[in-house]
Amino acid sequence: MFPEQLNVPLGKWVNRFVDWLVVNYGDAFEAFADSLLTILVWLEQILRGTPWWIVVIAVAIIGFHASRNWKIAAGLAIAMVTIGSLGLWDKAMQTLALMIVATSLSVIIGVPVGIAMAMSNRLRAVMLPILDTMQTMPSFVYLIPALMLFGLGKVPAILATVIYAAPPVIRLTDLGIRLVDPEVLEASRSFGASRKQILWKVQLPLALPNIMAGINQTTMMSISMVVIASMIGARGLGEQVLMGIQRLDVGAGMEAGIAIVLLAVVFDRIGQAYGKRSHRSHKAEGKS
Amino acid sequence: MSYIEIRNIFKIFGPDPQTALKLAQDGADKDEILAKTGHTVGLHDVSLSVERGETFVVMGLSGSGKSTLIRHLNRLIDPTSGEVLFDGTDILAMSINELNAFRRKRLGMVFQRFGLLPHRSVIDNVGYGLEIQGIDRKPRENAARNWIERVGLAGYEDKFPDQLSGGMQQRVGLARALTTDPEVLLMDEAFSALDPLIRNDMQDELMKLQGELHKTIVFITHDLDEALELGDRIAILKDGKLIQVGRPEEIIMQPADAYVRAFTRDVNRSRVLRARTLMQPVANGCDVNAGWPRIAGNMRLEDILPVALATEGSMAVINDRQETVGILSKQQVIAALAA
Repeated sequence: MFPEQLNVPLGKWVNRFVDWLVVNYGDAFEAFADSLLTILVWLEQILRGTPWWIVVIAVAIIGFHASRNWKIAAGLAIAMVTIGSLGLWDKAMQTLALMIVATSLSVIIGVPVGIAMAMSNRLRAVMLPILDTMQTMPSFVYLIPALMLFGLGKVPAILATVIYAAPPVIRLTDLGIRLVDPEVLEASRSFGASRKQILWKVQLPLALPNIMAGINQTTMMSISMVVIASMIGARGLGEQVLMGIQRLDVGAGMEAGIAIVLLAVVFDRIGQAYGKRSHRSHKAEGKS
Repeated sequence: MSYIEIRNIFKIFGPDPQTALKLAQDGADKDEILAKTGHTVGLHDVSLSVERGETFVVMGLSGSGKSTLIRHLNRLIDPTSGEVLFDGTDILAMSINELNAFRRKRLGMVFQRFGLLPHRSVIDNVGYGLEIQGIDRKPRENAARNWIERVGLAGYEDKFPDQLSGGMQQRVGLARALTTDPEVLLMDEAFSALDPLIRNDMQDELMKLQGELHKTIVFITHDLDEALELGDRIAILKDGKLIQVGRPEEIIMQPADAYVRAFTRDVNRSRVLRARTLMQPVANGCDVNAGWPRIAGNMRLEDILPVALATEGSMAVINDRQETVGILSKQQVIAALAA
C-alpha cells in the first residue's frame, strides 16, 4: 500500500478552484457562452433553413474549387445526398454547424499560438506538454468542469471539441514555420525586411502546406468528437449514435455512423485538395 | 577613412562569449579556447578596410570564418567585440529600424544556395527588395524586368525558382540584389554551388556588370582561382584570423606564410601575373626603343607570352593614357613563368 501520508489532495484543490471560478467569474463565462451560442445558432439556422439541394450544390462547387476535378466534386455531392437519403439531413446540418464553429475557433486560436511557439523556444517548451495533455486527457475529465461553468448544451460541446482538436493545427503551424529554409529567412533579413514582413511574406506562405494539413487534421478530430459532444447535450448525428446505443438499435447507430463517416470524407477531400493546391500552385501554373 | 572599415572584430559562439573573449584577447588560439571553455572562435581580431568601388575578395577554407565575416557587414551577425564602420557610420549603434533602412537602401546580398523565395515567380523574387521598401507594383515590376533582362533571363519572368537550373537561379539572386541599386554587393560563396563551366560564365557576367556599375563588392570564396580572377584585393582568413591582405600579384609573389604559399603553389601564375607587376618601371618616354611592341599594364602573362616570343628585344608597358610606364624583357617573362 502506498502510504496515505504522502497522498496529495489534488482533487480537492481542483474542486475548490472550479467552485471559486463559478462563484467569481460565472457571469463572465456565461457572457462568453452566450456570444458563442449566438454564432452557432445563427449558423445552424442558416444551414437547416437552406434547401437541401442548394447545400449539395454548394458542397460540389467548393469541392471543384478545391480540387479542379469534376469527379471529386460529383462524389462529394453524392455523399451529401446519401446522408439525406438516410433520413439524417437535419441532424447532419446540426453537426456541420457545430464542426464549423469548433474548427474555426481551433484555427483562430491555434494558428497564432503556433506562430508564437515557432518564435519562442521557451513558449514551445511550455506548450508541448500542454498539447500532449490536451490530446491524451480523456475528454470526460474536462467535460465536468466545462459543464459546471457553462451548463449542459452546445457551448461545452464546442469547447471540449476545441480542446481536443486544436493541438494538430498548433503543432503543424509551429512545425511549418520552423521548417522554412534558414537561408531564405536570412536573405529576407538581408534586404531589410521587418519581422512582420518576414512573417507575412515568407514564413506563413511557406508554412501554408503544413498549416493546411493541420487544419485538415483538426477538422477530422472535431468530427470524431461529435459522439462524445452529444452526451453533454449537443444535438446532431452524435445524438443518433447515442440513441442507438441506449436502445440497442444497431441499425440506427450504423446509419448515424455512416453519415458521420461521409461527412468526414467530404471535409477531408476538400481540406486535402486545398492543402495540395497551397503546395503545388506554382508548379501547376508552370506545367500547364 | 576607408569606405567600409572593420576594426578588431572578435566573434565567439557559445553561451558565455565574454569569458572566452578575454582569453582570445590575451592571445589564446581557437583550439585552446575550445578545449578550455567549449566556445568556438569565429573571428579573431580581424581588421579590414574596403575602398569604394573595389572588388574585395575574402578567401578561406570552410571554418575559416569568412561567411561569419561577411555577415558582420550587414549585421546578420553581431560581433562579440569590435567595430564596423560604413562610410564613417557605426552600424553597430543602429536601432533595428535604422538597420533595416540601411539594409534596404545600401546593401544587396547574394547567397551560396541562392535563398530565393520558392513560392514566388522570378519577377516577384527580383522585385522583393523593392517590395520590402514599400514601392508600388508597377515601378517595382519595371525595375525587376530591367534587371532580369540584364542578367540574361528575359522570358523567364513568370517561372518559379524550382523550374530553373542552378546557374539561372543565381542570376535571379544577382538580379534581386541589384534591383534595389545598392552601393555594396555582398556575395557569400555566390558561385560555389555551380558547375565549373557555369561558374566561369557567372564570373565573367559579374565582371562585365561591375565594369558598368562600379559597385563595391565584397565576395566570399573558398576557391583561390576565383579569388584571383575577381579580386582587386584579396584577404586570406584561416581559423578566424586574417593571414594576408593584398592584390592578387602580391599574394602570389609574396605569400605571407607557409599556409598561403601552399595555397598558391598550384595556381596558374600566367593567368594572375600582369605586365605592371613584372615590369621595370621607367619615367615616361625614356629608354624605350620605338620598335618594341607596346603592351597594356593590365595584360596577363599568358597573353604577353606570344608577344614576347615574337619580339627580339623587350616590350614597352603602357598605361591607360598610352604613356610608357615600364619595360619588360623576354628574360623577365621567362623568369616569371619558371618561378
